[in-house]
Amino acid sequence: MSQRPNFVNGLKCRLCGKMHGQQALNFCPDDFGPLEVDYNYEAMKGQVTRESILAGPASMWRYAPLLPLAGDPTVGLQVGYTPLVKASRLAKALGVKELYIKNDAVNHPTLSFKDRVVAVALSKAVELGFKTVGCASTGNLAGSVAANAAAAGLEAYILIPDNLEQGKVLGATVYGANVVAVTGNYDQVNRLCSEIAFKFGWGFVNVNLRPFYAEGSKSMGFEIAEQLGWRTPGAVVAPMAGGSLIGKIHKSFKEFEMLGLLDGPVKTRMFGAQATGCNPISNTVKTNSNKVKPVRNPDTIAKSLAIGDPADGYFASQLIRSTGGWSEDVNDDEIVDGMRLLAETEGIWAETAGGVTLAVARKLIEQGHLHRDESIVLAITGNGLKTQEALIDRIAKPQVIRPTLDDFKSLLAAMNNQHSQEAGQVMAGAGV
Amino acid sequence: MPLVRIPTPLRPYSGGNDSAQAAGSTVGEVLNSLTTDYPDLRSRLFDGEELRRFVNVYVNNEDIRFLDDLDTPVQPTDEVSIIPAVAGGSV
Repeated sequence: MSQRPNFVNGLKCRLCGKMHGQQALNFCPDDFGPLEVDYNYEAMKGQVTRESILAGPASMWRYAPLLPLAGDPTVGLQVGYTPLVKASRLAKALGVKELYIKNDAVNHPTLSFKDRVVAVALSKAVELGFKTVGCASTGNLAGSVAANAAAAGLEAYILIPDNLEQGKVLGATVYGANVVAVTGNYDQVNRLCSEIAFKFGWGFVNVNLRPFYAEGSKSMGFEIAEQLGWRTPGAVVAPMAGGSLIGKIHKSFKEFEMLGLLDGPVKTRMFGAQATGCNPISNTVKTNSNKVKPVRNPDTIAKSLAIGDPADGYFASQLIRSTGGWSEDVNDDEIVDGMRLLAETEGIWAETAGGVTLAVARKLIEQGHLHRDESIVLAITGNGLKTQEALIDRIAKPQVIRPTLDDFKSLLAAMNNQHSQEAGQVMAGAGV
Repeated sequence: MPLVRIPTPLRPYSGGNDSAQAAGSTVGEVLNSLTTDYPDLRSRLFDGEELRRFVNVYVNNEDIRFLDDLDTPVQPTDEVSIIPAVAGGSV
């Protein structure tokens, strides 16, 4: 493993500020505050530049000095650098001027933003000498840990709630991981994983490796700023499950600002999206509360966001408020409408969480929280192929015909007739 | 008297005990008695009069945030568990 300048000071408690060494530990023994990686930004100045980044690989590792590894990464070398799509047709549909989709639905290798956090967590696990790794997951993380662990030759234990989408279960078992379905919700699975991680001394990416893991999400924000031409947008809308991603995107903008890499100051307002059936963070924001009240029984088709007791919920709600953002939640029908609108306007099939993000953005635009003349980025974090159950009964089935031109002609006539009827209804409606 | 289960990270402050009896008819009273017996636990559990943000408390496996927080009633036969939020159920 090659050594390179190391800018990490250690792990810092987010409550009391006490420093701890780099180890597989996610909480401060003094007050149980979560630990976060602390960097020496002064030492980075002049070393981490636009030029040094542009000379790096077309992956998240072009930002390696801002990620917490001691040596070169060993897991997930191709992860990240996903497209930032200028979404003009969707912008028109929503009535806004400048809209972008950060499309992690096509992240390598498992089609979700989780590959970013897993690449960092498992590279760190290798550095720390772990042979067995694992996670608690609502689905996307399961597939990502399983795939990346397989490629790295690590043994993996994946614990999931027993009600996940088939695509997500298969998307973890196929890699040969030990997948264990637990009767209970994510929060119960997560508590069990904490016990397992400390009892067996394994590296659980979102438990004892969480401080390192969470830093991987920053790469999504670095890419957004770089792809916008070294500036940050007016607003970001991000889905919230545990509440970590939204904070890390903002942190990444602030780090670029501190290093003098941006054309202007960061004024980005952060907006968080949740499902109404599991809205502990948006509820905290909307009721202006200082405490996150957990949701006991999450009930939403956006299963990847079904975390009732979000680890970073408090920090996410504080960030949203301090940046002048807001948070909303949407029901299952709105989620499906959001998924369809994104697919039909931009040709991007996001998973249910993407439907949440888009539907919440639409609501925030209508409410006036998002401004129609500002630049807006939607963080799309996962792929629709994995959550087909959510749509299968809500999308029109293909018409069946015999293999004759006559059949096709009559079908076409029927379709055109239907379209003109629908158009007539729209015009009649508009006249009311 | 209710029994309080103490998680591994807190045992240095409870004389190494993994549980202790503590009197009281609410969670708040029970934890007050506990921290009278083990004063070093006080600052680990409380920030002023409030429970610390990342300390969760369960009465018989039910999170008190779903009950009545520190005012949740406790019977003499109940078990009160202290569980650090980020450390999971390492009781």
